[in-house]
Amino acid sequence: MKILTGNDLKSGAVIWWDGENWSSHVDCALDVGEQGPEILAREEALRRVNVPYIIEAERTEDGVRPAHIKDRVRAVGPTVRPDLTLDPQNTDALDWVI
Amino acid sequence: MYKYDSYDQAMVDARVEEFRDQARRRLEGKLTEDQFKPLRLMNGLYLQLHAYMLRVAIPYGTLNSEQMTALANIADKYDRGYGHFTTRQNLQYNWIKLEDAADILADLAKVEMHAIQTSGNCIRNISSDHFAGAAHDELVDPRPYAELLRQWSSFHPEFTYLPRKFKICVIAAKKDRAAMRLHDIGIQIVEQDGEIGAAFYVGGGMGRTPMIAPMIRDFVPLDQLITYSEACLRVYNRYGRRDNKYKARIKILVHELGREEYTRQVEEEFAHMLGQGVEPPREELERLKPFFADPVFEDGTKTVDRADPDFALWVDRNTHRHKHDSYVSAVISLKPVAGIPGDATGDQMRVMAKLAKQYSFDELRIMHTQNVVLPHVKIADLHALWTQLDAADLGAPNMDTIEDMIACPGLDYCALANARSIPLAQRISEKFDTSGKTEKLGELKLKISGCINACGHHHAGHIGILGVDKKGKENYQLSLGGSEAEDVSLAKITGPGFDEDGVIEAVEKVTDVYLDKREGEERFLDTYRRIGMAPFKEALYD
Repeated sequence: MKILTGNDLKSGAVIWWDGENWSSHVDCALDVGEQGPEILAREEALRRVNVPYIIEAERTEDGVRPAHIKDRVRAVGPTVRPDLTLDPQNTDALDWVI
Repeated sequence: MYKYDSYDQAMVDARVEEFRDQARRRLEGKLTEDQFKPLRLMNGLYLQLHAYMLRVAIPYGTLNSEQMTALANIADKYDRGYGHFTTRQNLQYNWIKLEDAADILADLAKVEMHAIQTSGNCIRNISSDHFAGAAHDELVDPRPYAELLRQWSSFHPEFTYLPRKFKICVIAAKKDRAAMRLHDIGIQIVEQDGEIGAAFYVGGGMGRTPMIAPMIRDFVPLDQLITYSEACLRVYNRYGRRDNKYKARIKILVHELGREEYTRQVEEEFAHMLGQGVEPPREELERLKPFFADPVFEDGTKTVDRADPDFALWVDRNTHRHKHDSYVSAVISLKPVAGIPGDATGDQMRVMAKLAKQYSFDELRIMHTQNVVLPHVKIADLHALWTQLDAADLGAPNMDTIEDMIACPGLDYCALANARSIPLAQRISEKFDTSGKTEKLGELKLKISGCINACGHHHAGHIGILGVDKKGKENYQLSLGGSEAEDVSLAKITGPGFDEDGVIEAVEKVTDVYLDKREGEERFLDTYRRIGMAPFKEALYD
């Protein structure tokens, strides 16, 4: 699947396109098929996202998993600071990233 | 240390308001990201994996307690309670919001700090010896010259759009504690026939094409320091490649022209410029020197009570000989066992600020090895200092050991990285501390980079680790034999790379080879240089 990601213009936070809005949770990411470039151009013009791009991902039993480790790190947060990740209670997050 | 005059303050204040307006226009959509990016980068604001990152300049690594406290307060107010000290003696915040950035710059300006020229193709923060002004072995304090270079290079209109970034280092001792020859220009203050001048080394650097800077002139009179620096820059600005960013650094120009031809062109430019009044008046240098005058040192005890073995170990490892025999420079390790190299919490920064005020004439230094120095500590105060450092988890006794590694932020934070650096640092630190092997190994400089840009200085590590992307998986190349000191050398790759577990095992194996083969007091590096790569490769791959 193809999903869209970028950073929030104001906060810089990692965000994912859920079909209507931008979510901080990768699991909300929507498969945009071939619509990616069009959505990105529109959303960037509206200043709802900064430096957006299209990535490959797969839907697994555990949710949406970006293909590249860099985007999995972005989805979770720094692996060396679990307290600063999106879900500090999730002790499996590191395994999911790697 | 240097205090801003009204011109400095006005320049920095004006820059804050200029950036405030630029950020406002970006947030209102009047600037696109393509238009805004070069503007934010000129103010040290990057966009990294998780958020904006702000890099704050700490000129030649020197700051006072008020400044360190301000950095702590910014960490708490605008970031997530910590900062990361870098290999360029700077500080980075990892969780900055664009809408807060101008306010942060305003807070920095109140304590004579900024983030100007911490990014972009300009002259970056001038670096220096972290023991400058305190070390027993230096000729003079190099910081007045570093400050002169800072003032010359700040907003220099001719050098704002160089082919690529440009890094200058100034030292004044034979011992190189600042990786001087791995800079675009390395300046070493030297004495010749009773006169003080500067030796110029040009064209060093790490990154994807590491090179050691050759000397192009062994003595430049100090009243021609800026003119000669400008001549070096002018030749680079004129002929440095702008068509390929990977070949745009001055090291490539010097290499391709050859040292002799580059030097000839610099000398020609220098001769041309000598009559043009480029050099600041000598009075300006003389005006700067009192800012760096010695504090009033007092005679006191010259010996340490070594009854407490933990304290004695810290003294042995983490203090450096001072020019006054009743004082030492104390190194505060930001490498606790299994910690994140270079990170300090806001509370830890405040502790360091308080201790600097109490014990070190209100002065701190940032080391390129991501630690902090209190430059002037009375030997009589060492135990009290250590006790308070230890209580704040700042008392790790590991300077220059394998646990005192440099590690870049790597893929945990950096948009350029291919692999994570910090987890390796944490695991190696824990492994060697637990096994007790750190002590046996003695001086061993381990440096870890998460990509070929080499922010973790892996080319200069006795043991270097480079993270690469191998078909979507983290992979690590091991290299041996580098040094960034006066015995500078570039490390050589051992062979095929390893996964995370494998590279940690590989580090253990090469240290075992060293322990088996070393003679006398040899350091790891000495043994490697004597026996060569073969025994290490054999242990790793056979």
